[in-house]
Amino acid sequence: MALETTKVFPTLTETPKARFRFDGMNILRWTILIVTSIIALFPMYWLFANAFTPITSNPPLTPILVPAFKLDNFERLLANNKFYLNWMVNSLVVACVVTAFHCLFDTMAGYAFAKKRFPGRNLLFVLILSTLMIPIHVTFIPLYLINRQLGLIDSLWALILPGTAWVFGIFLMRQYIQTLPGELIDAAKIDGCGEWGVFRYVIFPLSLPAVAALAIFTFVRSWNDFLWPVIALNKPQNYTLTVGVANLQGEFMTDWGIIFSGAALAALPMIIFFLFFQKYFLEGVRMGALKG
Amino acid sequence: MTAVRAFIKKYGWSYFFILPSFVTFMIFTFVPVLWSFVISFQDYSLVRGGKWVTPLYANYVEAFTLLNGIFIVAIRNTALYTLFTVTAAILLGLIISSLIQPLGHRLGAFFRAAYYLPAVTSALIVGLTWAYIFNAQWGFATYLTRMVGAPPIRWLSDPDIAFWSVVLSAVLTMPATAIVLFSAAMGGIPREYYEAAELDGANPIRKWWHITVPLVKSTTLYLVVLYTIASFEVFERIYIMVPSGVGNSTQTIVTQIYNNGFKDFDFGIASAQAFVLFAMIALVAIFQFRALRSDVEY
Repeated sequence: MALETTKVFPTLTETPKARFRFDGMNILRWTILIVTSIIALFPMYWLFANAFTPITSNPPLTPILVPAFKLDNFERLLANNKFYLNWMVNSLVVACVVTAFHCLFDTMAGYAFAKKRFPGRNLLFVLILSTLMIPIHVTFIPLYLINRQLGLIDSLWALILPGTAWVFGIFLMRQYIQTLPGELIDAAKIDGCGEWGVFRYVIFPLSLPAVAALAIFTFVRSWNDFLWPVIALNKPQNYTLTVGVANLQGEFMTDWGIIFSGAALAALPMIIFFLFFQKYFLEGVRMGALKG
Repeated sequence: MTAVRAFIKKYGWSYFFILPSFVTFMIFTFVPVLWSFVISFQDYSLVRGGKWVTPLYANYVEAFTLLNGIFIVAIRNTALYTLFTVTAAILLGLIISSLIQPLGHRLGAFFRAAYYLPAVTSALIVGLTWAYIFNAQWGFATYLTRMVGAPPIRWLSDPDIAFWSVVLSAVLTMPATAIVLFSAAMGGIPREYYEAAELDGANPIRKWWHITVPLVKSTTLYLVVLYTIASFEVFERIYIMVPSGVGNSTQTIVTQIYNNGFKDFDFGIASAQAFVLFAMIALVAIFQFRALRSDVEY
């Protein structure tokens, strides 16, 4: 952030005339930026435009570019699909539990790897970090067998438990906590804090910016997850939103309005979430990557 | 005994802090990976459990020869998909972030948010939307071809075209992470470099090619690896855009693993194929480690 504010100055001191002059470079710049951002945003826009326009069978041959701002499709979606709200609740429950787990336990592990010295520390860290290059697909068959053995297939536990093994959070928290001064820990100990007290009252509160980024990433990742849920869930009432939406296509072949509105409604919470917390999103992308 | 007690007193809390994460990694990552490796040498049935195959590598042979070598087609498709999407992501990321860079704080933040917005949506829903854009009757792409008077294209049902429609949709999904990371890297380049180049009379293209591109090299490398691994694992987009596989012309590595594992329940072959994927990703990761070793401090 600091880097960018310093960059604002030269721009501000220039005259507006100099900033917006119509030379070839600027015309090219704005053309590319506008065209590519329209291409980036168009699919989502079109999905929402269709979702908010009453459609029953086939959409019109001339594409809908301006929505009618009517909720007919959504009403039919919720009336004809008795499980849609279940799916939403399922997605929400799984994402919240997995996120809470990561916020607490990744911060704990990140703290230990960043600030503590203990036998096997480097080996354990490398071992955990090595899972970054394991494609998750390698684990699906044994995970299926384990969950089947435990009777968890077709329950939300089958999504929650494996969802807790994701190394990114530990890595992110370790990177962040490493930047906190060690004197704070010593000072807290002198003031009578025990080991847990140091974590609870010093490390965790100071790590909140990184925890926020971690929470957002974990939540979005869990909400958008598809392949493992589609393997682990069989009964329609147990689906999460992504699995449910994928199946709308088979169930409501002829009613495109329902399919459009179902997909749009599944995407909407994350889009709103992003619009509110975009600073944390983009900051988190940087934190997770650049320091590695 | 006192030694044990002293050890626990000294290090007990450290192990306590990593215990929950470590246990979940053991149960849900390490054990499954090892088990999967075992299954890749077995004929596994849900009723009978695992039975070693003879010869031991039989699943790996069958993985490649099954259905006239469809897995080889899947690997070729995955490689082509990776080639096109990674190249496009890096080029678009570099160009777009460079164009955003001089815009000032607010406009820059606005554009970065605009490019990032679609990335918070599930790959499944993005794929679903592209499937509608390519709908043969009322899709937006179909409308565009009709407008320019071109003959109708069966975007997602012609075996020669379907795979390329999916690639096109992936290329046109702007590289959100690349734009954010390139922007951050470019923000860190000292302005003096550009000013010095201007004094020497360098034009914008030369400044870009000789200053910006070389100085974000480590970010480029990181992103190449990130996008390559993500492309190796492509699944949702294929699953939802071309569910039938269009005569197997659109199979990728992960759709093969999914079909063999969870449609045909042939766990041995699916595991063998998953380890082929693992090996491919490990190679990329080793390449990254070697290339980055020089300029990353730990």
